[in-house]
This record gives sequence, structure tokens and C-alpha cells, in this order.
Amino acid sequence: MPAYILRRLIQSALILLGVSFITFVLLYILPADPVRQIAGRSATAETVASIRSQLGLDKPFIVQYGTYLWNLLGGDLGRSYLQKTEVGALLVSRLPATLLLMVAAIFCELAIGLTLGMIAALYRGRPLDNVLMLGSFVSVSAPQFVVALLLLYVFAVKLGWFPIGGYGTFAHLVLPALTLGILGSGWYSRIMRSSMLDVLRADFIRTARAKGLNRTRVILAHALPNAILPIIAMVGIDIGMFMSGIVVVESVFGWPGIGQLAWQAIQRVDIPIIMGVTLVSAFAIVLGNLLADLIAPLIDPRIRLR
Amino acid sequence: MKKLLLSTALAALMAVPAFAQSDEPKLGGNMIVTYKDDVATLDPAIGYDWQNWSMIKSVFDGLMDYEPGTTVLRPGLAESHTLSDDGLTYTFNLRQGVKFHNGRAMTADDVVYSLNRVVNPATQSPGQGFFSMIEGFDAAAAGEADGLSGVTAPDANTVVIKLSRPDATFLHIMALNFSFVVPKEVVEAEGADFGKKPVGTGAFKLTEWSLGQRLTFEKNPDYWISGVPYLDSFTVEVGQEPIVALLRAQNGEVDIPGDGIPPAKFVEVMNDPEQAALVVEGGQLHTGYVTMNVTAAPFDKVEVRRAVNMAINKDRIVQVINGRAVPATQPLPPTMPGYTKDYAGYAYDPEAAKKLLADAGYADGFETELFVMNTDPNPRIAQAIQQDLKAIGIDAAIKSLAQANVIEAGGAGTAPMIWSGGMAWIADFPDPANFYGPILGCGGAVEGGWNWAKYCNEDLDAKAAEADSIVDPAKGDERLKMWSDIYMAVMEDAPWAPVFNEQRFTMKSARLGGDDALFVDPVSIPVNYDYVFIKE
Repeated sequence: MPAYILRRLIQSALILLGVSFITFVLLYILPADPVRQIAGRSATAETVASIRSQLGLDKPFIVQYGTYLWNLLGGDLGRSYLQKTEVGALLVSRLPATLLLMVAAIFCELAIGLTLGMIAALYRGRPLDNVLMLGSFVSVSAPQFVVALLLLYVFAVKLGWFPIGGYGTFAHLVLPALTLGILGSGWYSRIMRSSMLDVLRADFIRTARAKGLNRTRVILAHALPNAILPIIAMVGIDIGMFMSGIVVVESVFGWPGIGQLAWQAIQRVDIPIIMGVTLVSAFAIVLGNLLADLIAPLIDPRIRLR
Repeated sequence: MKKLLLSTALAALMAVPAFAQSDEPKLGGNMIVTYKDDVATLDPAIGYDWQNWSMIKSVFDGLMDYEPGTTVLRPGLAESHTLSDDGLTYTFNLRQGVKFHNGRAMTADDVVYSLNRVVNPATQSPGQGFFSMIEGFDAAAAGEADGLSGVTAPDANTVVIKLSRPDATFLHIMALNFSFVVPKEVVEAEGADFGKKPVGTGAFKLTEWSLGQRLTFEKNPDYWISGVPYLDSFTVEVGQEPIVALLRAQNGEVDIPGDGIPPAKFVEVMNDPEQAALVVEGGQLHTGYVTMNVTAAPFDKVEVRRAVNMAINKDRIVQVINGRAVPATQPLPPTMPGYTKDYAGYAYDPEAAKKLLADAGYADGFETELFVMNTDPNPRIAQAIQQDLKAIGIDAAIKSLAQANVIEAGGAGTAPMIWSGGMAWIADFPDPANFYGPILGCGGAVEGGWNWAKYCNEDLDAKAAEADSIVDPAKGDERLKMWSDIYMAVMEDAPWAPVFNEQRFTMKSARLGGDDALFVDPVSIPVNYDYVFIKE
């Protein structure tokens, strides 16, 4: 087990290094010059050159990348070109909001997705099953922006149950978490349905039934724990997929997380922030996958880590 | 029908000012303004966008200032000033008893320090170039000298600024944010974080900045102008989509949606008399234009450029953006001094345009590219221009890119045509000179410069320098006439097709009071925070 974890950690570090390299290359070759943005429209060529040299952007690519990595090792993510603030401080100020939203949204996803998936499996082939599966298809393909605005309009503007955007209380959390939850639940309900169907066909279920256990007991105590296994791996992968949804949902609901920060930075080509957010997201994905792999054997002893 | 409704709404809006002006200013209260993007920095030497521009104006002051809601200069931290006979030496007498927010008295040394700081290359100020008329600029800007030799403080209440050439725009430069006075010891203590913890002499002080959430500004009780500000505080909430901000404003939770009314909601808002009554319309020092790269075929021929000017149906483009602008005839907007009132511009005449193209040897038209920034409504405007050009045989492919990429292509000279919307040009200060140098003069027509047409007419550059050397206020009209002639000559050469001048529409809550001009203040967007008040 320790050897396995060590190997996975080394792998993870290499993945992060790769992500940082690819992002750095892409931003380096981008046809937009950050120095011109800093220097402003009235700048002379000398001013531009002076700022370029102060930021070290006149150095060869490999030197710039090396410097970035070296600073990164010391925990320095650089300073935003346009906001003139430490990228680390910007990320730290926004991470709690994103984590809170992510946890709440995953909870909504699981609650909605697993329940609907289980019901669909139990009613396999009947109209209810078809309706639920159609619903799951709609939810995964619905545009995030539209769903977010729709929920906002109905529940905040028309009904007045929740505040119109913002951050701070539990009431602020409900709509953004629900938006992400509804949008992501489709995947879970589909996986849950097929997983549940497999389990229901398995021999041990037939045995349990034969022993005379009632239907509810069979489903909750025997089928569900076994059907839920593939879902764990999915949650790990889901953290990665979340990032795209979070950018949109955070923007619509005015949720001060890193998705919103990323979106603003991309629009303004603020390279240090884009790098920082990319690395944090990559880290979250790697960590999510690692945790999923480590937790799986605790639930199913048949899985062994090598 | 839509048009009729809109004009009715506008008529309702015109009726508001008399009503609004009858209110007496009241003290107290808090106002909430929202924005989509984070506030970048409140360091006056660095902040350079319209969002932070007006907040910086409330936290700091310069030697000169503007009458609220107008483009008229008035004394600021300098009570008075004199100009030497040769037009080269300004002597500013500072106001007594002005204090920074940290309690320290502001002195002439602070003014000298602040001007030296903005020019110092280590500050990386985007405003550095504005100070080129001050003696010793070249050495200071290159980092070869310890500050500007032309700026001195003979005593604690006097600042003397010597220029290397007479410059009629100098007092405007002293009212620009980049000239605002900062306390040396705080700047040095905070370093690069000064923009997050600003200390100035202004009407408000920043008391809270939650990154990504909100900024709170509180009234400075020791402000040197007695009686203002009226508000106890104002809060800027960031991270809110314009459409959500509008919903909140309609719900009474927000006083001003800072990003304005989203284009998709504009007609709906203006068609509702109740909401339209809360919208203030005003001019803005802005022109939207199409640049044509004069250094490469086919736009190296003046006939082709004039043909493009005649091909564009400006009225229709104004319709495309729901009438939020007026058609433009020339580079200067109508609200700018020096605007040529009796010039009609190139008339919309596709037939004449076709004939001009044939004269230039392009009877069958040609293919080209039109670069445009990819945010609404700019791509829609580009499509309208594309259709108009198609009608005279010009096949323009639209290149819709992020702002930074369009600016890069314009600077590199690789874009044959650019629609300027969303990027340039809103004046930095209300003087005709500000629409020339960087965007039409030879200085801007270099690699990376903002003169995207790469148009360089040395005769006009000489005339521009001559006009700006007229510093005698008595000869102001003569100077404006010279600028008018310069822009008329530019229109002869037609490196641009001016398309429209944007109008401003500020939505405000019913409880906000203050002259309407404050809500469309030409130098404070969206509003002049120091002079608005809560009516209740």
C-alpha cells in the first residue's frame, strides 16, 4: 500500500508538471501581448520594452518557464499583471467559496442522481423509467447558463424564496448548488440505473430473496451498497468536469469562487492568474482520482491496490 | 411601433431632470454599485479602466479637478496657479490644511513625489506617456535620472512645473488620475500592495476590500471640500453578471448596475415607463470607427477608403444597437471641444462608392478581413458592416477574437480592417488632442501602437504640435479651429470610417438623488460618487 501511494504521488507530480508545461506553452504562443495591456494605449516603445524586461518576459521561453517552476517550488505563484495582487492571495480568498459550492453540489448530484437511478432500475422498461432516463438526458445536455438563469428567475425573482445571487448564507448556496446538482445528476442516474440492474440480476440477490427477506430490505441492504461502487470512481472524475460548470454557475450567481476568477483572467489575458487557476484545478482532479482509488478498496475488499 | 414606444420612453425620461433637480441634497446613507469584473487596483498611477477610474477619483485628488458632471476644469489641491509669459512654467499654490486619510498633512513634496513616481519606469504606469511635456521627462522615463528635473517644491505650499514645450493640454493632465497625490511613506511601506490599501486625500476612504466580493468606501470626515460627500458610504459589489445586476436593481437591492443595462434587456427596460424614468441618458467622449490599414493594398488607395466610408449605413448600425448611439461624421464626438458642427461626413451612397472603387481599379471588388472583438454587440455590428461592404463588392471575412488578440493584430499591422468597438476610443481627458496622438498620429503608427490604420501624415503631426503649443486661454478658440481643420484633413485622407458615438444610459434606483449630469458625468463612470445622495 505505501509503495502504491508513493507511486501514485510521483505520477501525480508528473501530471501536474505536464499540465504546467502545456499551459505555459499555450499562453506563451498566444497572439496577445500582456505587456501591451499593462503599458496601456499611450505607451512608447521604450516603456513597453522596460516593462517587458522588468517582468522577465524578454527572456527565452525555457528561462521563463524555469523561473516560474522555481518560484512555484517556493510557493510563489507570481503576481497578477493587471490586478497587481499575489495570485496566491487571490486563490486563497476564493478557494473556500468554490470548495463549499463543490461539496454542496456533489451532495445534490448524488442525492438526485442516485435516487432517480434507483427508481428507474426498479421500474425498468415501464413509462416511469423512460421519463426518468429522458430527463437525465435533458439535464446533462442543458446549457448551464440557461438553467442557472431559469432557476434564478423562478425561485429568486418570481417566488422570492432565495436571494438574487451573492454569497454568505445558506440561502445563497441553494440555487447554485442545485443548478450544478441537477445538471450533473443525469450521469449518476444513468450509471446508477445500469449498475443497479446488474446487481439485481446477481445470484446473491436471488439468494437473499429466497431466504425470505422483504423487497425493501433486499434493495437497501444488499443491492444498494453493491450498486454504488462504480459511483465512487465517478465522483473523483466528476471533480474535473465540475470546473467548467463552476465557471458559468459562479458567474451567474455572483459566487466569489475560482471559476469566476478564471473567467475574468481569461478575458483579460492575465497569465499568472490563468496559470494559477489551471494548476489548482489540475491538482483537484489528480487528488480526486487518487482519493477515489484509495477509497474503493475500503468499500469493496475484492479490489486490491498494486 | 418599437421605435414609437422607445421615443415615448425617451420623452418620459426627458421629463425627469426638473423633478430630480428640485431635491435638496441630504446627508447619510449607503449606495450599492455592482460590477461583473473584479476591481483591479486603486493605485492612481496604475489603474486605467473605467471601473476603477471613478473610485480612484473619490479616494485621491490632483492639483486640478473638474466641475461635477461637466468637462470644465476647476482648482483641485492647488488653490490657484499662474503661468509664465513664455507658457513654460506653471506655479501651483497648494491649499492649506489638506490631510491624507492617515492624518498626515499633504505638502508640496508629496506632489513632487507622486509625479516622479508615475514617470519612474519601475512603477510600470500606463499613464507615463502623458507627462512627456515636462522638462526632464526623457531621462526620468528611461530611469536615467532621479525624478523629473522640471518638477520642484520651493516651499511646502508651492509646486513649480517647468515644461520643455508649451502644451495646452497640461492642466487636463494635472486633473488626470495618474497625477493624483499619494503619500510617500504609505506607498513605500505597502509596495506593490498599495493599490489594495490606498491612502489619499479624497472624499472617501477605502475601509474594506474582500477580494472577489466587495469594496466599501466610507466618508472622509476631514475632506477639504466642506459639505461633501453626501453619502456616509458606498459599496461596490463585484462578480455579478449584468443581467443579474439588473434583476437586483429592479428588485431594489442595487442602486446602480455599473456595467449598464445589458443589450438584450435594453428595449424591454426602455419600453417600461416606470423603469425608463430611472434611466439617465447622456453623451460620452466616445467614437466607434472602422480602421483601414493604409500601408497595404487595397487600402493604400484613398478612393477605396472613401468608398468604405460611403458604403456603411450608419443609421442601420445604430438601429442594430437599439439606438444607443448617434451616427458619427468625424473622429471627434459631438461633446468634445473642437467638433466640427457643420460637417456632414461621407453620405451613405453605395452607388457612388462603387464608382470610387472602379476608379481605384477595383471594379470587381476584392476580398479582405474585418477584425472585431467577440463580445456582444460587436460581432453583430461587424456583420452589418460586412453586408454593407458586400453591396459594393467588398467581401470582408469577419475575424471575431478576444480583445487582447484584436489589439495585438492592430498593433502588428496585420489586420486590414478593425471595428474598434469595445476597445477604443474613449477620451482620457476632454480635449481634442486626446483623439489624435496615439490613434491617428505618426507616433502611434508603429509596431504595437494603437494607430491601427498605420496612418502617418507628417504635415498634420506638425499642425497638431502647433495647435497644442497655444497655451493662452484667450486664443482657445483659435486652437480649437486648428484642431477642427486637422480632423477635417484626416477625413479627406479617410484612414477611418467613423460609425457612431455611443450614448450613455445609467440606471439608478429611485432613492438616489443628485443632478442628472452626475449620473452621466463625462469623466466619472458610472457616477460621480462624491456628489450623489440618498433622498429618503
